[in-house]
Amino acid sequence: MSKKGDDIWKNVDKINSELFTLTYGSIVAQLCRDFNHNYHEVNNQLDQMGYNIGIRLIEEFLSRTGAQRCQSFKETVEVITKLGFRVFLNIQPAVENWSSDGRSCSIVLPEPNPLNEFVEIPPTKDLWYCQILCGILRGALQMIQLDVDVNFVKDTLKGDDKTEIRLKLNKILKDEVPAGED
Amino acid sequence: MTSYYFSIIGTRDNPVYEFEFSSFKNSLAMSTSTSVPGKSQFSASIKEMLPFISNSSLDIIEDAQWTTNLFYLGKIDSFYGLLVNAFITQGNIKFVLCYDVSNGTTQKYDDSSIKQFFIEANDLYVKCLLNPFYSVNDAIVSPDFDLRLKLIAKKYL
Repeated sequence: MSKKGDDIWKNVDKINSELFTLTYGSIVAQLCRDFNHNYHEVNNQLDQMGYNIGIRLIEEFLSRTGAQRCQSFKETVEVITKLGFRVFLNIQPAVENWSSDGRSCSIVLPEPNPLNEFVEIPPTKDLWYCQILCGILRGALQMIQLDVDVNFVKDTLKGDDKTEIRLKLNKILKDEVPAGED
Repeated sequence: MTSYYFSIIGTRDNPVYEFEFSSFKNSLAMSTSTSVPGKSQFSASIKEMLPFISNSSLDIIEDAQWTTNLFYLGKIDSFYGLLVNAFITQGNIKFVLCYDVSNGTTQKYDDSSIKQFFIEANDLYVKCLLNPFYSVNDAIVSPDFDLRLKLIAKKYL
């Protein structure tokens, strides 16, 4: 599957990574200013932006990769890390810490994280700088009938040893229920 | 052992960063003395004057910047045995380095190593500027910047 991700990555249009990094950085910094450094609100906004990206991005992802329906949540996570992150960010996160019921796991982003380059966050424990990724995953998974809680538990920007996103599958939505925007 | 005072001055002549240190060269030979390697040895009366000395060279820097197309302006001023070298960035931020030569040593001053120090300090400054949470003319408080600058100082001065 990684090889397929590589092949697709070679054929997609790319932008300069510094342009990408700095654009994202400017968005976060501007949000911090707009919300007067209320970092909870900034996280919410990033999550909402990510959600809106995710519910659209999934279409792009499916058409590019031709991915088929996954049999289990485990397989879904594998597709996310080996194809999803590969195709859009050219990184391949590791999957760790599966819970015994197979409904939650951690995605560990590899270093260097393309979003984090040059960044030193303000001295706070509240801001999750890459929160947009959580929103994207949540939005994209919702569009394929998976209701998943996504949140950060560790971030190297805060001095943690790794950047870790926790995924928790709540339930599989019924097909006929359309996912509405909130 | 030469003492140095390095300061970064913003576009509105505001202080952005300052750092005092002494030459790390020969610090092994000197380690028998009581001094901590890298600790500056300016006398107290000079020490309080240092920000004034570097700021007083700003006029000269602003004149000198139009006479050359280089960013490194060389030695531009001296003040009672303190020499002042300057560097100006593309964004009109000034780097000023004051150092004393009256400390009894006959050490040769290697202009090219100071130049190299400025160039790498500039690289470091640009990296700092790329941080989305930093804006021009803010004071630089990042400990990482501090550490890296010390490494550069150790390497060249």
